[in-house]
Amino acid sequence: MVTLKLILRNRLAAFGGIVLLAVCCVALLAPLLPLADPDITDPVNRLKRPFSDGALLGTDHLGRDLLSRLIWGTRLSLAVGIAAALIAAFIGSAIGIVAGFYGGRIDDLTMRGIDMLMAFPYILLALAIVAVLGPGLLNALYAVAVVNIPFFARNIRGVTVSIAHREFVDAARLSGMGRLRIIWSEILPNVLPVIVIAMSTTIGWMILETAGLSFLGLGSQPPQADLGSMLGEGRKLLINAPHASIVPGVMIFVIVMSVNLLGDGVRDALDPRLRAGALSRPAAATRVERPSPPAAGKTDALLQVVDLQTEFQVGPRTYKAVGGVDFEVAPGECLGLIGESGSGKSVTALSLLGLVASPPGVIAGGAVRLDGEDTLSMNGEALRRVRGGRVAYVFQDPLATLHPLYRVGDQMVEAIRSHRPLSRQEAWNHSVALLEKVRIPNAAARAKAYPHELSGGMRQRVGIALALVNDPDLVIADEPTTALDVTVQAQVLALLDELRRERNMALIFITHDFGVVAQLCDRVAVMYAGRIVETGPTEEVLAAPRHPYTRRLIACVPELGGGRRALSAIPGLPPPVDALPAGCAFAPRCDKAQNACRQGEVVLQSCGMRAVRCLFPEGATP
Amino acid sequence: MLSYLIKRLIALVPVLLGLTVIVFAIMALIPGDPATAILGSFATPENVEKLNRDLGLDKPQVQQYLIWLGNLLQGDLGRSYSLNRPVLDEVLERFSATLILAGAALLLCTIWGLLIGIWTAARQYGWTDKILTFVVLIGISVPSFWLGLLLILLFAVELRWLPASGMFAIYGGGDLPDLLRHLILPALTLSVVATGVIARLTRSAMLEVLRQDFIRTARAKGVSETRVLYGHAFKAALVSIIPVIGVQAGFVLGGAVYIETVFQWPGVGRMLVQAISTRDILLVQGGVIVVAASYVLFNLLADLSQSWLDPRVKA
Repeated sequence: MVTLKLILRNRLAAFGGIVLLAVCCVALLAPLLPLADPDITDPVNRLKRPFSDGALLGTDHLGRDLLSRLIWGTRLSLAVGIAAALIAAFIGSAIGIVAGFYGGRIDDLTMRGIDMLMAFPYILLALAIVAVLGPGLLNALYAVAVVNIPFFARNIRGVTVSIAHREFVDAARLSGMGRLRIIWSEILPNVLPVIVIAMSTTIGWMILETAGLSFLGLGSQPPQADLGSMLGEGRKLLINAPHASIVPGVMIFVIVMSVNLLGDGVRDALDPRLRAGALSRPAAATRVERPSPPAAGKTDALLQVVDLQTEFQVGPRTYKAVGGVDFEVAPGECLGLIGESGSGKSVTALSLLGLVASPPGVIAGGAVRLDGEDTLSMNGEALRRVRGGRVAYVFQDPLATLHPLYRVGDQMVEAIRSHRPLSRQEAWNHSVALLEKVRIPNAAARAKAYPHELSGGMRQRVGIALALVNDPDLVIADEPTTALDVTVQAQVLALLDELRRERNMALIFITHDFGVVAQLCDRVAVMYAGRIVETGPTEEVLAAPRHPYTRRLIACVPELGGGRRALSAIPGLPPPVDALPAGCAFAPRCDKAQNACRQGEVVLQSCGMRAVRCLFPEGATP
Repeated sequence: MLSYLIKRLIALVPVLLGLTVIVFAIMALIPGDPATAILGSFATPENVEKLNRDLGLDKPQVQQYLIWLGNLLQGDLGRSYSLNRPVLDEVLERFSATLILAGAALLLCTIWGLLIGIWTAARQYGWTDKILTFVVLIGISVPSFWLGLLLILLFAVELRWLPASGMFAIYGGGDLPDLLRHLILPALTLSVVATGVIARLTRSAMLEVLRQDFIRTARAKGVSETRVLYGHAFKAALVSIIPVIGVQAGFVLGGAVYIETVFQWPGVGRMLVQAISTRDILLVQGGVIVVAASYVLFNLLADLSQSWLDPRVKA
């Protein structure tokens, strides 16, 4: 889909390229074409309309053939525009490279100067230069080139600075190469593509600007005519002979438009974000494309998740981030969802209320029942009411997840007023009370702070308070303590636990840290490669893990309550979720794996309160 | 806020000084004898000598600059040769006309640019997005001076709905409705390119912001999608859009040169073109300084509104 769109875009770019090429060819071949002399006047045949005999595009006020003048004018305009672009690119890039490479004083001074030049509206600067040099095509060319120098200087300086301290440049320096040689052989080849791109984006402007100066009578002088001066002459006869001004204008437009089409297409094609589909806008709710929701089972659970499947469709690939997850959460219960990064635990949590970015995310199957009602089939308004109402989220890294431009109190007020008809003042008071509740000192003042003015721990507390504003039945906390240091982490955990018990709210706690699970959760579900591999009461799982993965995961935590540990103790990496192996996903890393593990589906086998997805669970006799 | 304002105002001083240096330097770079260049090759030697004395050109450059700057600060920009009146009077009179035109155009391009940008971002890859994105590209590529001619042909010559030129009707005009009637076509023409630039930037800024984590938070809070788009996303996108509107002010002020010529608007741009063809260098100097200074001030305004919007800027 994304590639298709890119091709479509590039088709426009290709079209622009072809038109531009055609125009350039005609302009180049002008001397060879059977055209009337552009400068021969013929007063008898003046102002002939287009498509008349002997003059395809008509004639101007002196009876000169417009087609011929148009082609010769195009030739001149293109030549001047390209020359201006080359001059600007050469001088601007030279300044940029020198400033960026030498840095320090030289950099400061030149960039100050460049900034100063940029303080002028630049057509004005061009006018001032023409005023000094006098009207004329060559002077207009210089003027347009000069005003575009700052653009190149700035861009190229930026790129140069970024590579001036890279390893290969340092290596060249250490090998005793002279500065000029380093610039020539190391810097320039790396900067050149940027120069070319910058040129392709500005050349259209430069053609337009020189045409503009000629239009004002400050560029090419008669009898020499470029497109701009043709337009300027035509303008005087606008009412009697509109074709004399329409024709050259169309040509300028065609040239600039095709340059822009080509430039846009090339830029888009080179932009890795566009290729990855990263600039597509996530919809309000994740797309749901499932055959039909599975039948509802009898349960008194608050939340029942059945065979949930979430995929990311990126280009031709499908990443099965969540591959059929089942679990339940009872009212007031705390469920820990644990796994390595990429195991699908966050995506599972976000899928519950359709918060997975879509595109590229798609919920491909399953059901999420909140008191029996499937959230995945809710319409926008019904879903909105649940979000932040009965079910609230606490996210990791509140610096990124809180809006940077709203005061934290206002963000809470908004959450309240999206669900309850409270006045602004009432909502504000309630927010301040909640901030106090999560032990933010001086809450009334802190409510007026912006997120960046608070410390990490404070921000996380704000995130928790934000989730609590509407007294939710279920809070989904996605690694809320990962970004915090250990002492603050312990405080936040204690706070969450206390609030949960006090308000009898259910909690799904997502983490990669068994220590945290032990401290907080009634039950735990271990995820691996998008599926639950083991679940059961926390103490039992910790005491006697059944799945080899769980066992090794617990073994990674030498001491409960300790800091987070890397999973380096398990050799190998989780399998890529766009190419899952047949059988058990953990088999390649498992020291007990047998042939049976690598074929067929391994099911989650329940046994009382516990369940494990393993053919040869720990503690059982093989 | 106040201390930030003061800091910004102080930072303005070197920029404005640099501006005067550049303008002075450009004028001092006139090749050959400036007086001859100004008066043309048919000038008598006496006239040249008198002009040199009048302009203080017999003194060293630095001294010339300081004298010139001193006069400038007292509001003395010299006397226009072609019009035989003080440059400042002429420039200010013309500049007010330009401000009306540029202000209207800037208003138009900001409103339309933002609307189109948000609209297309909200319907990314839909057919309205594709069509509008293409239209915007056309708007960016069209030569404004040509578009002006086309609009005159259509609305003034063919349909006779609107006047083709000037700022007021010669007979019986002069009131506000008359001004507005004259303003529509030039302001519209002047705003087209800037509208395109702002629309494109708004679209990409909105798309960038809509992918941020805090948008997901807003949705997780149960905020309505309209508010997510216009409250949360737009507010954050505006931070990066405002500087571009500031830059567009420069394009509009500069582009006014073409539009004023096409529509015979009595603004400073048309005055500059005339002054260049009559070699009235002092008038050019005065016009450039005033327009450039107003551009600097406008950018300051843009900076201030950005910092008002984004509390992180001051930190």
